[in-house]
Amino acid sequence: MGCSSSSTKTRRSETSLRAALIIQNWYRGYKARLKARQHYALTIFQSIEYADEQGQMQLSTFFSFMLENYTHIHKEELELRNQSLESQQDMRDRRDYVDLIDVPDSYNGPRLQFPLTCTDIDLLLEAFKEQQILHAHYVLEVLFETKKVLKQMPNFTHIQTSPSKEVTICGDLHGKLDDLFLIFYKNGLPSERNPYVFNGDFVDRGRNSIEILMILCVSFLVYPNDLHLNRGNHEDFMMNLRYGFTKEILHKYKLHGKRILQILEELYAWLPIGTIVDNEILVIHGGISETTDLNLLHRVERNKMKSVLIPPTETNRDHDTDWKHNKVGVTFNAHGRIKTNGSPIEHLTKHEWEQIIDILWSDPRGKNGCFPNTGRGGGCYFGPDVTSKILNKYQLKMLIRSHECKPEGYEICHDGKVVTIFSASNYYEEGSNRGAYIKLCSGTTPRFFQYQVTKATCFQPLRQRVHTMENSAIKILRERVISRKSDLIRAFQLQDHRKSGKLSVSQWAFCMENILGLNLPWRSLSSNLVNIDQNGNVEYMSSFHNIHIEKPVQEAHSTLVETLYRYRSDLEIIFNAIDTDHSGLISMEEFRAMWKLFSSHYNVLIDDSQVNKLANIMDLNKDGSIDFNEFLKAFYVVHRYEDLMKPDVTNLG
Amino acid sequence: MADEKDRQEIIVAEFHKKIKEAFEVFDHESNNTVDVREIGTIIRSLGCCPTEGELHDLIAEVEEEEPTGYIRFEKFLPVMTEILLERKYRPIPEDVLLRAFEVLDSAKRGFLTKDELIKYMTEEGEPFSQEEMEEMLSAAIDPESNSINYKDYITMMVIDEN
Repeated sequence: MGCSSSSTKTRRSETSLRAALIIQNWYRGYKARLKARQHYALTIFQSIEYADEQGQMQLSTFFSFMLENYTHIHKEELELRNQSLESQQDMRDRRDYVDLIDVPDSYNGPRLQFPLTCTDIDLLLEAFKEQQILHAHYVLEVLFETKKVLKQMPNFTHIQTSPSKEVTICGDLHGKLDDLFLIFYKNGLPSERNPYVFNGDFVDRGRNSIEILMILCVSFLVYPNDLHLNRGNHEDFMMNLRYGFTKEILHKYKLHGKRILQILEELYAWLPIGTIVDNEILVIHGGISETTDLNLLHRVERNKMKSVLIPPTETNRDHDTDWKHNKVGVTFNAHGRIKTNGSPIEHLTKHEWEQIIDILWSDPRGKNGCFPNTGRGGGCYFGPDVTSKILNKYQLKMLIRSHECKPEGYEICHDGKVVTIFSASNYYEEGSNRGAYIKLCSGTTPRFFQYQVTKATCFQPLRQRVHTMENSAIKILRERVISRKSDLIRAFQLQDHRKSGKLSVSQWAFCMENILGLNLPWRSLSSNLVNIDQNGNVEYMSSFHNIHIEKPVQEAHSTLVETLYRYRSDLEIIFNAIDTDHSGLISMEEFRAMWKLFSSHYNVLIDDSQVNKLANIMDLNKDGSIDFNEFLKAFYVVHRYEDLMKPDVTNLG
Repeated sequence: MADEKDRQEIIVAEFHKKIKEAFEVFDHESNNTVDVREIGTIIRSLGCCPTEGELHDLIAEVEEEEPTGYIRFEKFLPVMTEILLERKYRPIPEDVLLRAFEVLDSAKRGFLTKDELIKYMTEEGEPFSQEEMEEMLSAAIDPESNSINYKDYITMMVIDEN
């Protein structure tokens, strides 16, 4: 009896052990697959983000093309530029901008008192927590004053730390105000005892770029020696056009938005390039290249770097030939910003411009060497050998940079010599990543602090958060797919020798990667993007199910619609550049001329007559001008509702 | 004979691409290495279900002579290809999983209490870490009854994965 009962017990405990093992094994497998799906979603977000940036850089070649062939300068603007001395310009700014705007008594928002004190910082923080909007008068005054002070600053700020005065380094914020609040809550407000470096990309993408900028500028004005701002690649008015800051300003400041944009342009160019801590740590936004010349960068006239999209022209151009007419006899009114005239001293040399681009756009990678950053289209990929070389050359110990979103908010690479710090949590989507900041003190190792802004949804279990991210990522990926529908179909059909409508997963993946130019795990993603039959073959036309581009007008040809949808961001920027008075309108002639250039440069094979027809239809009040915002808004993608809600929707068979 | 060899080559080529894709997602520095702590995730994302013990052995196989904390793709690829070809570490079928829960639920109530689940998962087999336990509880436990109805739970998880 004793024996058998103990053996039963052993058997039972053996079975329960095996059962527990089965459950644990299964659960760990499930959790790992969930984690992988999270990573896939992140990879999608990142690839598309960088591909967009690449598109942005490509636009700069188009602008050069435009400049070389078709620009014509407005005479008045030319005179204005040549005449004004800097001080006159400053006074003009004040007269033209700040003083002309009154703050009405009815205004309930925060009222700043110049000269600013820490009370004003508190005031702003409280007001923004209540979601109030700062009056344009104060916005302009703050920007104007900030620009004035920034002008006095060198290209690189040198700071020293001590045990009683550590410096906190923050990375990209991208308009996420909650993250800034969280940082100040955890780490304290900026002060003489609590210095900060904000390493660029304060704006774009998030909903509160202007609020973040205001807090940072006001803090800077109160503590100019302890609040340091480095320029990021998004502190660039051309980037703001594509990535949302311009829209945010024009939406929040309907009356004075344009003035704010104008002064912002100048302010950006005066932001310092970087910070050097204790003579051994270089803090810059993007990275370096093997030719990075810190001495040159210390000397360069940084305010001449207007935008990544305005590259320097050749300095031996003949100025008189700038007055050209295009072949159709229409002249372009290009905004003064992108004209070619002016003596060479108005511009940076090509070498200087590239040096700054490298600082703002480069990314570190594991491979040795220095390669063009094909992902983003600007700057380079720099390897551990480049890091060692440059750090040694200037007797530095470490490079702290931002520019890339990291799941943990920070990442260390190149043998501890390069640190990426990213401060916008949930950047791509709720639950996508943590944010972080670094505290530095000479003689001690850097300390990292992580956080994640949690809204109600973030307390959901992991699987729900992964679902949200995944749905979001798949949605934007499918929008990419539909924007290249014609090219994809052509590629699919080329592979489909038997005209069966099916391809192997391998063939399908090959086409997707080639046409979309996105390096993604297509095989792993295939079940989310296409129908797969029982034999494991892909029904490739199902790539386009449940999603279509809304036609602005019935008559528009699908290929045209697709092309315009695909390039809508680029077109928006080009239109904005042409629209000198920010009226939102361009003339029919300008539209046609611009389209000719665009289609030839981007190799877009669309019949001119089709575009003309479309433009005519879009000219709603038949006055010869097109409201291009309306024009572009008319192209958008429609997802079938059910597809977004159920994660397990499959259309098999 | 030749056909069979061709077919085999195609299958192997496909596996190679699949493994490369899964690997690259975790190759943050784009230098064909991943952190050794991600190997388990990669292998499982490819549909295999090794136990922790089996995983430990696999890692030993793909590690360098002097472990660096990183696994190189060149070493990982052949090992992983063989696993896929031999269909090793097959995932747990739904019914086997259900049976496992039923074994633990000796009183055949159709559920396990939160405490029972914690006891089994953290004391038996290859015990969960605290993090793993909390994660499982957050999705599995019905807060009102403080128990897990395992049949519903399994159904939910299966839908989730498909």
